[in-house]
Parts: sequence; C-alpha cells; structure tokens
Amino acid sequence: MISDTIAAISTGMTPSGIGKVRLSGDSAIEIADQIYRSPKGKKSLKNVPSHTIHYGYIYDGSQMIDEVLVLIMKAPNSYTTEDVVEIDCHGGVVVMRKILETVIKYGARPAEPGEFTKRAFLNGRIDLSQAEAVIDIINSRNEYALKSSVQQLQGNLLNQIKEVRKSIIGSIAFIEAALDDPEHINADDYGMTLKKQIDENMGILEKLLRSCDDGRLLKEGIKTVILGKPNAGKSSLLNYLSGEERAIVTDIAGTTRDVLEETVQVDGILLNVIDTAGIRDTDDTVEKIGVEKAKKYASEADLIIYIVDGSTSMDENDLEILKLIRNKKTIILLNKIDLDLKTTKAAIEKETEHPIVEVSVKDRKGLEQFSENIRQMFFEGKLTFNDQIYITNVRHKAAIQEAADSLKMVLQSIADDMPEDFFSIDLMNAYEALGKIIGESVGEDLINTIFSDFCMGK
Amino acid sequence: MSYTYENYDIAVIGAGHAGCEAALACARLGLKTIVFTVNVESIALMPCNPNIGGSSKGHLVREIDALGGQMGKTIDQTFIQSKMLNKSKGPAVHSLRAQADKHDYTEFMRRTLENQENLTVKQAEIVDILTEDGHVSGVVTHTGGIYPCKAAILATGVYLKARCLCGESITYTGPNGLQAATHLSDSLKRLGIELVRFKTGTPARIDKRSIDFSKMEEQFGDETVVPFSFTTNPEDVQKDQVSCWLTYTNEKTHEIIRSNLDRSPIYAGVIEGVGPRYCPSIEDKVVKFADKNRHQVFIEPEGNYTNEMYIGGMSSSLPEDVQYRMYRTVPGLENARIVRNAYAIEYDCIPATQLKSTLEFKKVEGLFSGGQFNGSSGYEEAAAQGLMAGINASMKLLGKEQIVLKRSEAYIGVLIDDLVTKETHEPYRMMTSRAEYRLLLRQDNADMRLTPIGHQVGLISDERYEALLEKKAMIEKEIERVKHVMIGGSKEVQEFLEAHKSTPLKTAVSLAELIRRPELSYEILEPLDKEREPLPEGVIEQVNIHVKYEGYITRQLRQVEQFKKMEVKLIPEALDYNDISGLRIEAQQKLSAVRPHSVGQASRISGVTPADISVLLIYMEQFNRSHRKETV
Repeated sequence: MISDTIAAISTGMTPSGIGKVRLSGDSAIEIADQIYRSPKGKKSLKNVPSHTIHYGYIYDGSQMIDEVLVLIMKAPNSYTTEDVVEIDCHGGVVVMRKILETVIKYGARPAEPGEFTKRAFLNGRIDLSQAEAVIDIINSRNEYALKSSVQQLQGNLLNQIKEVRKSIIGSIAFIEAALDDPEHINADDYGMTLKKQIDENMGILEKLLRSCDDGRLLKEGIKTVILGKPNAGKSSLLNYLSGEERAIVTDIAGTTRDVLEETVQVDGILLNVIDTAGIRDTDDTVEKIGVEKAKKYASEADLIIYIVDGSTSMDENDLEILKLIRNKKTIILLNKIDLDLKTTKAAIEKETEHPIVEVSVKDRKGLEQFSENIRQMFFEGKLTFNDQIYITNVRHKAAIQEAADSLKMVLQSIADDMPEDFFSIDLMNAYEALGKIIGESVGEDLINTIFSDFCMGK
Repeated sequence: MSYTYENYDIAVIGAGHAGCEAALACARLGLKTIVFTVNVESIALMPCNPNIGGSSKGHLVREIDALGGQMGKTIDQTFIQSKMLNKSKGPAVHSLRAQADKHDYTEFMRRTLENQENLTVKQAEIVDILTEDGHVSGVVTHTGGIYPCKAAILATGVYLKARCLCGESITYTGPNGLQAATHLSDSLKRLGIELVRFKTGTPARIDKRSIDFSKMEEQFGDETVVPFSFTTNPEDVQKDQVSCWLTYTNEKTHEIIRSNLDRSPIYAGVIEGVGPRYCPSIEDKVVKFADKNRHQVFIEPEGNYTNEMYIGGMSSSLPEDVQYRMYRTVPGLENARIVRNAYAIEYDCIPATQLKSTLEFKKVEGLFSGGQFNGSSGYEEAAAQGLMAGINASMKLLGKEQIVLKRSEAYIGVLIDDLVTKETHEPYRMMTSRAEYRLLLRQDNADMRLTPIGHQVGLISDERYEALLEKKAMIEKEIERVKHVMIGGSKEVQEFLEAHKSTPLKTAVSLAELIRRPELSYEILEPLDKEREPLPEGVIEQVNIHVKYEGYITRQLRQVEQFKKMEVKLIPEALDYNDISGLRIEAQQKLSAVRPHSVGQASRISGVTPADISVLLIYMEQFNRSHRKETV
C-alpha cells in the first residue's frame, strides 16, 4: 500500500543536546537524500543499507542548516514498519524547526497528532493490548491541537483566513452556478475578475506565511513579562533584546489586545515578551505600573524579568511586587550600575531568592550573564516550550503554503486561457487547505453558497 | 379476500423513471419480473419539465446508457430539440439536454417494457410488503392479490400519501390527478422504515395558441445533434427541431406575487414537506432574491402533437386566480389560457441513510429502493438509482457480486453515496460540483468508465464490449503516436501557426505539445500531421481531451489513488460503535445510524472528524487481529 511521508520533531522542544526530526513513509529516504550532503558530497542515502548512520550536513538548496547524523531504517524493520529516517541535529529549537520545514518543503507533510504511533499500530508494530493507549494518544493530541489551533490564532489572523476562504468559496460558487445553469448565469471571461481577487488573496496569504516564520501566527514562545517602575529601563531592555540579539522580531499592534507583544530570541530560545511599557503609553494618567496590573501579568507569565532601577531607592511598590512574584520563575535585573547605586544587590537579596544580575542596559554591561541565566533555566527544564503550539504552527504553515500553491495554479490556468471550470478545481483545494487551519471542513459549504447567492432553477 | 398469484423473482413497485430502469434491468438479466403501476398510461410519465439531461444530469443519462440502461435510447428516439450545454467550457462540464415529446417518450418506454421478455406489467396499487425472517417474501395488491417474490424494488416516486396544493385547493392525488398510493406507507412503517415528507412543484401549462411569441426570444437547438446513447448512430438523430422561447417576469409580476403570499400554502404554513432550493417556486424567487427585478421564463413545448407549453421558471402553489393574473403580466403571455394549473406536491419518502450502498434496506433483506422515494429529485437521478437497484437485486438473487460504483468512477456513484451517507434535508439533485473527480467523470467517456461493468453484470452484449475494447486500443495507440510525432519549425509549420494565431516554433516539439495550446487541437493540426490515419470521431475526441488536459487529469488520478485507500477498508458488519470507547458520542451516534460500509464512507458522514476516523482505524485493526486469532 502507498503511504505518504510524514514528518515531525520527535524529541519535543526541550533543549536536550540532540534534536531528532523523524520521517516515515514511502519517500522518506528520497526526501532525506535531497537535502543531505556527506562531507565529500558523494554519498547518496538511496543506496545505503538499512540501519546505518551517516554523518553529514542538511542543506536547503545552497544554504547549510546544520551538521547532522542521519539514521536510515528501511521497511519493515522500523517503528512504523515503513521507511524511516531520523535526522539528529544539534537540538537548537531554530535548527530543528528549520530542518522540519525543509523536509516539508521537499515533499513530506507534517504528521497529524499521534500519527507515528497510529501507523505503528496499524502496521502491526504495536501490541494489541496497546490499542486503547494509542487511541488515547490520538484523542488527547487532537483535542489539544484543535484547541490551540483556533484559540492561539490571533483574532485578526483568524479573520483574515476566514475572509480569504469566503472570497474563494464565493468565486467557486459563481463558477459552479454558471456551469449548472448556463442559461441563467454567464461565467464567460470570468478569469480577469478572478485574477484580481486571487492577487489580493495571495498578498494576504504571503503575509500570513511570513507571520508563520516569525512565530507570530501562533504565539509559540515562552510567555515573558518585563516588570519595573517607569524609567527602570524596561524599554531599553526590550530594544536591546529585539534590536541587537534578535533573530525574530515583530511587533503586533494587536487589534484585540491593548498591549504590545514581541517575540525575541535569546540564544535560540524564543521569548514572547509582553511589553508592559506599552500599557503605560496607552494610559497617560497612570504613570507607574500599578500592583494590580503587575499581579495580572505575573499570574499569566512563564517568566518574569523584573528590572530594578539601582539609581533610586526601593519603595513599597517594589516590595509588594517582589512578594507577588515570589513563586514565579523570575530573573531580577539590577539596572543602571553605571550610576551611583542607591539600591544594592545585597539589599534586594534580602527580599528574594531569585537570581539577580547586575547590568547596565545602556552600556550593554552584564547582559551576557543575563542571557546565560535564561539559557540555564531553560536547559535545566525550569522553562519549557509549548511544543504542541509550535507543531501546530508548522502544520498551519504547510496548509497556508498549500493554499497559496493552489491559487498559483489557478493563476496559471487563467494565464493558459483554460475554461472556467478548471479554476474551481484548484480553488477548492485552496479552500480546503485553509479550512484545516480553522478546523472547518468543506461539507455543504459550496452547495449552500450557490443556493444562497444565486437564483437558480427551472 | 386474498388469493395467491404466480411466483416472481422480483417485484418492482412503480413504473416511473426509476421503476422502468429497474424492471428492464432485472428482466434483461433473466429474472422473472413484475412491475406494478397505479396506471399503465402513466409509465415513464414526465409530470414536470419536458426535457431529459442538462448539466450533470446529461452525465447520468450517458452513464445509464453505458451500463446498459434504457433512458438514453428512449430519448434519442423521442426528442424534439437537443443542445450540448457549456460547450465553451471544459469537456468535463459539457452536458447534453434534449426536449422530449412527452407523449412519445412515455409511449416508447411503455412499448419497451411491454415487449421485454421476462417482464410482466400489472396495473395495481401495492399496499403491503410481506416478509419472512426479515426477508422479502411477497407483495400484496389493493385487490388482495398476493405476489410471492424473492426481492422487491420500491420506486414509488412522489405517489406515497401524495397531496397536491394549488392555493386553498388541496387534493389527495399524485401528479396530473393520478391516483395516489395511500396504504404502502403504513406497511413500510411496520417494517421499521422511517419516512419523511418532501415537496416539489411544477409550473402551469399554457395553450400555445394564446401565446404571442413575437415578444419572446427564440431558442434553437444545436445544428449538429449528439445522441445520448453510445449505441445510437449520430446520423439518425439529425432532424428538424422545434424551438423554445425566452421571456422574463417583471415588477408587476412580483407585485402580484408579493401581495398574495398569504394565500400561498407554503407561506401560510399549510405545506409541511421540505422543498428543493435549486428549483424554487416563483414565490420563493421573489421573496429570497428581492433585489432581482426580473426572472427568466422559458416556454417549452410539451410535444409535437399538443398545444401545451411548459412555463419553465414559474412553478407555483398560488391559487388559480392569482396564477392567471401573475402569468398574464409576462410579455407574450398577456392572453394566456392555462390548460393545467401550477401546483405543489407533497409525498412520503425516506432518509436514504437507511440503505446500503447497493440500495438495499439495511433492515429488510431483499428490499431495494430507488428514485424520488429515496429523497432525490429529477428523472435522471431516479433512472440511475432504478438501474442500480435493479442490477443489485438481480445480482443478489443470482448469487453474484453486487455493484457499488465509486465516487471516482461515476456520477451515479456520487449520487448514491451522497444519498446513503449524508443527511439530506431537501430533494437531492445532481450537480457537477458534487463530483470531486469530475475531470475524469466526463459524459464523453462514460462508456470507457462503465461499459466494462455493464458487460460484467450482463446488460452489455459481448459485441458492444468488444467494440469498446477496440476503441480503447485505438485511443491509446494514437495518444502514444502524437507524443512521438515531432514537428519542426519549417516554413509551412510557422505559416500554419501564424494563421491560427499561435506562437511560431523555436525548436522542434511533439505534436502533443502543439495540441495542448489553447488555440489549437488535434483536429486543427491535421495538415501538419502527415502520417495521420482516419479515426472514428469518438476516438479523436478522446485523444484530444487526453492530450490537452493531461496535467489536470494526472493530478486527479493521483487524488483518486489517495481516495481509494480508505474506500477499500471495509468495516465489519458486526462492529458495534458503542464498544469503541475512544470515539466521541456524536461520532458513535452518527456511525451507528448510517453504518457505513467502508472507512471512506464513514469519513464523509457529517460530524465525523479525522480524529474519529483514526480511532476507528485503530479499533478495526484491533477487531480484525483478535478475530484472526480466533479463527487460528
């Protein structure tokens, strides 16, 4: 039986030393071979024996991504009993992600939740007694994926996808209504109108694709809040994080939120920073962060960065906030060590057990230590990624890409002067692909749109 | 007093479009068959529109013909105008539609039934289905006659507890004032069959002599007529055709309708049945599309020897006096004399999810059904189901494999799969957009797709089958050839291309590549193709389509491969969905209600998610493995 090739990161997004990207299916070896290069550049994975390990590099075209070990396991002697390839890379989140996206680009598709296990079971690899456990895995992961899929989508992004879908189904309905009832509705020369619509939709999809790359489509980083009094240096820190060390930086002027969020990267670790400075900007009357707001953010955050202005004395607010964040993962930055210190590290230490780093954000002093602290917390497992969100993001990207590719095919058909009925084939594919993101299947959508938009009939 | 008549293999109840195909198929397959009709005059009656075919329906007729059915042959003999719709579009949506002489059509079909070996025509209303141990054992007529049989096919159309409405006037009759069938519904309920109520409607018929055609646009048939049946010689269908006429409603019409809506049984709430959205009554059009200031009206002849004209687009259940006023606002109909009023009709039918894909009831062995009774609409949809019900009832009695056409194989497959899988809330009509793989399911290749199946079943003669194989071989050979014929950029070629507004060649290309250009075709390129041998037209058509649309066709074929994987995974009949603990309750309920035969069918049930399908697959594997162990 033919099976398509699925791919996933199988080590989870914990920053263990090694990350594994796993492929399973008929083209697993062929896909790996296209992106793998041996040190001498001569080896082809297609010809190597089963259960062998190959040292080399992963390339996306001419761009080298990582130094890797590739494990080849041929059917039927693998976990899924299909051809399986495991790519062991250096475990950086960014690297794993890049490799996964590359194998998808070369023909694999993101695995459905629990799909490796499902295949292993269906192919007889997992004992009968495990069936219920397998079902549980599938159910729980699907439930999660479904929830995160829609909930994590930013409100305006969700709306954009819905708008594009609506426009697409409208076009299909017009074409189909005309084909069904040519004496009532005329679709001649519809190509030009359609082209304009598709161009617009393509623009939106391309923007969405970039959002996926930024980790912006779903907020996949560690939820981080910077707290501190005005002028403590919150904005400078954020600028520093997003300006100089940034690999991924975006700011969403949230239409559904009143805060600015930025996704930044510290040593390959994604931080999703809520910029409380932004709150102050939108609310002039409150010139300092109230305890109430600190409370709210502190309760939601995975990581708190609390900035203390060393050039001023600690006051009651500082003490109250320190109490509030007692049980949260926190790094305290004692800022402005370039000035005369009115608050010392020792003074803060009396109030808290959180690590304290002395820095001068302005002079870029002590910030390596800060990064090191974050790295440590992450590697010790104190901070974790939500890998399900991340995986959902990859799945979304593949779906948007699929939709964009289908729309390109429609443009091609229009350019080739194909009859109108050919357009709706690829339009439907695009509609379906986008539906996967928001968890909607096609069902009777088309028929319903036809009948509600067009007056048909004998 | 009841008495027992002679035994039959199969009893067909109803002789409309479904019943005719069912009865003919059974008899032609050698089974002793009897077909019951409330009135012999109403065999193959066309109580609504006077045409056969149309978008996607034309495909169905072609498929019926390719399988060895009758509809295509009959319309080829009795049409009075013919058109290929969507000719400017791709080959997948070309659709034949022919205006029928209604009388001739009915007459021809009746003679075909009457002269069919193994077939008895009997005028009687069936009031009861007899069963033994859950298996059909006979049928009973209203006069008490018992006809023992091994299988029965229900093709009752719109006759069960039929009720016709025209304004305040309600009559308990079938279409055209024919007697309704009032007893069978109760018998079916006793067998545990669930019934629902649907409605449909038809416009008025108007005396031709009262119509001023000078105010209308004339609609002609095609200059060259293409026959429906693959067995009809195209030369035999080139004949004089009659015209149809186009006119429009206007604001005056709409005003009359709006101000009388309270007298419409639908808007007054008298009608309980659910009507179809695709052929709305003129009241519905005016209400739902209030911004449209006119609607098209097609005036179509009912036959060569009648003055009745069908008023397409203006079906209605408004009272007679309103109808008169309404029709007379339409240009050309100012003096219209109505021969038959428009009316709506309500009837009992079934949610077809009670059927297997073979059209046999899951609850009653040997009981099959087809046509409008299954919740569909349209003559062609009915005929297609009747044919399949006839074939499968016969296969069952002959102990042969029953036929389920796949969605990737035929529109008939799509039609039946939709009916038995999805909850239908209105009479179901075929549409090309319902077919996922329509590029493969063209009306031009219905014979290639289905005639081998018709032959396997026994409805297609060896002779016809061999002719098909020969055609297939010629097509394949010619496609291969055009891929290898190279055309160079000689002066003759460049001039030829220029003359056809096609870009000149830079390097030599294959003939196939030139055929793919939108402005060129296999036929046009004949002068450049020096070694071409004359081929039949049907072959040329296939070569052209295959070469021109090869990329799209290949893509759809790949999708079909994916699709088939889940279709071949059959669900064990003994499976109890309530045992599958991981399945959501909604999925358990839906699956238990439909009892799909394959995982593919399960995935098409609304409310069943991909995760449910994964769970089902795991459970089936578990089920199969433990059963395998037991048998070892």
